[in-house]
Amino acid sequence: MISARLYILQRATALIMAPLVIGHIAVMIYAVQNGLSAAEILSRTQGSFFWAAFYGLFALAVAIHAAIGLRAILHEWAGLKGALLTAICWGIALGLGGLGLQAVYSVTG
Amino acid sequence: MKLSGHRKQSLWFAFILHRISGLVLALFLPLHFWVLSLALRDPAALDGFLSWTDFWYVKLAEYGLVFLLSVHFFGGLRLMALEWLPWSPAQKTYAASALAAGFALATSFFLSATIYG
Repeated sequence: MISARLYILQRATALIMAPLVIGHIAVMIYAVQNGLSAAEILSRTQGSFFWAAFYGLFALAVAIHAAIGLRAILHEWAGLKGALLTAICWGIALGLGGLGLQAVYSVTG
Repeated sequence: MKLSGHRKQSLWFAFILHRISGLVLALFLPLHFWVLSLALRDPAALDGFLSWTDFWYVKLAEYGLVFLLSVHFFGGLRLMALEWLPWSPAQKTYAASALAAGFALATSFFLSATIYG
C-alpha cells in the first residue's frame, strides 16, 4: 500500500517540521530587524553545527513533504497517475532535497 | 463564479487554503534555496538580492509568504487534530483560529521588517 506509506511519511515529516517552522519564523522575525545582508546571515550560521543540523533536517523533511503534497495536487487536479506521477514526484523530492542541502552547506559550511 | 454547496462551507475554505498555501510554498522553495546557495558561489550577488528586501513591495511579498507558511503550519496542526483526535464540534473554530494565528505571526514578522528594517 504505497498511499498508506505516503500518508504516514507526510504526517511524520509534518511532525518533524512543526518545531522547525516555529524556530524558522522566530529567526526570521529576529533577523530582519537590522536588515538582511550576506555578512549578517553568515555571521549567525557559518561553522555552526546546530544550524547545519537544524536546517539540514528541515531541508530533507520539506523535500519529502512537498513532493508528497504536490503528488496529491498533480493527481487530483492535473489527472497524472502511474509511473509518470511517481517519476515526477521523485524528481521533485530529489531536486528540492539537493538544492536545500546545497543551500544549507552554503551558509553553514 | 457560482460556488456549489460544499464549496461554501468554511472547512472547504480551510482545505483550499491549506492546499494553495502548500503549493505556493513549494514553488517558492527552489528560488529560496538558489538565492541562499549564492552565499558560497557569489556573495556579492547574494547581497544584491538581499538589498531588494529594502523595498516595501518586497516586504509585502515576504509578509504574504510568512503568512502562507504560518497558516499552512496551523492548518496542518488542525488537520492532524481532526484526523487523530476524537471529533470535536469546534472544528470551525479551530480553522478560524488557525487563520487568525497565521495572520498574527505573519504580522509580527511584517512589523519587525518595517519598523526596524
